[in-house]
Amino acid sequence: MTNTLQNVFATTKQEKRAAFIPYVMLGYPNEAASLAIAQAMADAGADIIELGAPFSDPLADGATIQKASQRALENGMTLRKYFQMAEQIARKTNIPLVMMGYYNPLLRMGLDEAMRSAANSGICGCITPDLPVEESLAVISAGKPYTIAPIFLAAPSSSDRRLKAIGAAAQEADSGFIYCVSLNGVTGARAALAEDLPQFMQRVHVAAPNIPLCVGFGISKPKHASLAARYADGVIVGSALMNAYDEVGATDTAAGVKSAEILARRMRAAAVTQ
Amino acid sequence: MIQSTKKSQEYPNAAGRFGSFGGVFAPESLMFALELLENEYLAARQDPLFQRQLDDLLKDFVGRETPLYYARNLSEHFGAKIYLKREDLAHTGAHKINNAIGQALLTKRMGKQRVIAETGAGQHGVATAAACALLGLECVIYMGVEDIRRQTLNAFRIRLMGAEVCAVESGSKTLKDAINEAMRDWVTNAQTTHYLIGSAVGPHPFPRIVRDFQSVIGKEARRQILAAEGRLPDKVIACVGGGSNAIGIFHPFIDDAAVELIGVEAGGSGPEPGYNAASLTYGSPGALHGSYSYVLQNDDGQILETQSVSAGLDYPGVGPEHSMLKETGRARYTTIEDVAALAAFQALCRMEGIIPALESAHAIAELFALRENGGLRAGEIIIVNLSGRGDKDMNTAASALGVSL
Repeated sequence: MTNTLQNVFATTKQEKRAAFIPYVMLGYPNEAASLAIAQAMADAGADIIELGAPFSDPLADGATIQKASQRALENGMTLRKYFQMAEQIARKTNIPLVMMGYYNPLLRMGLDEAMRSAANSGICGCITPDLPVEESLAVISAGKPYTIAPIFLAAPSSSDRRLKAIGAAAQEADSGFIYCVSLNGVTGARAALAEDLPQFMQRVHVAAPNIPLCVGFGISKPKHASLAARYADGVIVGSALMNAYDEVGATDTAAGVKSAEILARRMRAAAVTQ
Repeated sequence: MIQSTKKSQEYPNAAGRFGSFGGVFAPESLMFALELLENEYLAARQDPLFQRQLDDLLKDFVGRETPLYYARNLSEHFGAKIYLKREDLAHTGAHKINNAIGQALLTKRMGKQRVIAETGAGQHGVATAAACALLGLECVIYMGVEDIRRQTLNAFRIRLMGAEVCAVESGSKTLKDAINEAMRDWVTNAQTTHYLIGSAVGPHPFPRIVRDFQSVIGKEARRQILAAEGRLPDKVIACVGGGSNAIGIFHPFIDDAAVELIGVEAGGSGPEPGYNAASLTYGSPGALHGSYSYVLQNDDGQILETQSVSAGLDYPGVGPEHSMLKETGRARYTTIEDVAALAAFQALCRMEGIIPALESAHAIAELFALRENGGLRAGEIIIVNLSGRGDKDMNTAASALGVSL
């Protein structure tokens, strides 16, 4: 069985490039601007868009996404609004959408309602950064009736035994991809990619040979995207795009959106496999 | 031979669950460190050398055992036999050192050289800095800027012992945010660094490890009360923030069904959301900081800011074992508001010549609350865990009492 996400990777593979997956936090810097940023990502050729849901205590995130979360929540962002906004994006863009959100807001809404709302909004996958594979059963089961693919994370510090368990769970749950964290750390822009990225990606590939692998955390520059694309089926870019927006967006929203779009185009163009 | 099975030994299970609570809600990047910690801890428990090192340090460095003090004036006042477990007399001034020493020894055992920790009131920060100074470990303490303001002296004590205080500016700038920052540091540096968590919270195996190291309080108290009175107490009372002093004194009494266990949460300035830190009383189950337990949250699942005169109780979550004890009814949880805690703080100073930490004053205040609502029986035996001393709280207490120092 192939799902929406797997189709994306089949296409990008034919085009000899890695899928470009930008992260957009809904509600940051405000609702309208985040919708405009998502549209700009679509215009820049995003293959999948990862839509971030803000949380008050994002412990896997660095300063950029923390501040954005806080701002979005201060603006009155909620999970219900998040799903309404995702639906607007889905209607306009026809690009597969993946949810990135911490566990507690989903739990509070009720996992069934959260997954049903996600599916109704056009979301086809779900990343919960504070759920390791052994605690993921509830989300997997809740998402199944609505064909929401659970997406697991793998880290350089994950043992081979853990990677195998992650690969098996991803295979079993028909995950769209495995989210490979490029470094041991939190999200955020970095000057350079981790040197041991190729070895790490190879270890994940051995543990999960049939599942697309996407790299995220610290992918900040086109050259990082280009390097990561050698080892991965997709590259995920978050904080760097937010920073690009922030450089000019505080005073001029349209210029901020444009700035993020320009970086996105360069990232996408750089993420070729040959 | 008849094997006695103790219910209290059945938790947590292999998945780190206390009933439905607990678990491992942590980023994948931390899983290897949590697994290493669990393996080392289980090995250390079986290792007589480790146990001897720990026992020696608890005796000579910490000053255990701490007295179980018969508070004659309080007893007379309440018409009951009130005993205070004097954790305030432990080195560095609170129970926190019991766990800090234990985990610092584990850090050495794991071959790690760097320790990070969060602190609210500063007591855990001070205890960790002391343990690290003693054992030659590099130490960084994350502390919210609001707490640094409230607990200036403790921040200074931490630095005196060679540790670095890292001021946390994010969120509400208190304990919750200090934990977030410590977790982020750990996600990045877990290969070389141990996160010496200070309360019975966090992902498995932390709630179990902290409980075990703090259980020395209850083990001593149980032995001491049997020696003094020839029977078990009727009630054991402790304050609950994350819940480490409470679980430490409760745990050895859990299988003694007749002993009533009462946890006292910070009622702050009232029950409205955002004005207290009483997760078990006003919260609902949720996932925060690595475990599933009661948390203070809004309808959207965002964690609420908290308020309490006591920085050490000012936390929107609670250890998962307390959530289980609440649900099974084995322990009862109640709240004491700031005003009542401050009144009890003054009462203990005057009646017994003991200045309690504002955290511990909440437990003392429960005696007054019990008397008011008819919950005290004449002549019953009550142990109150006096988890820490109040020297650190002089500025807060003075300003709350309208005195300028």
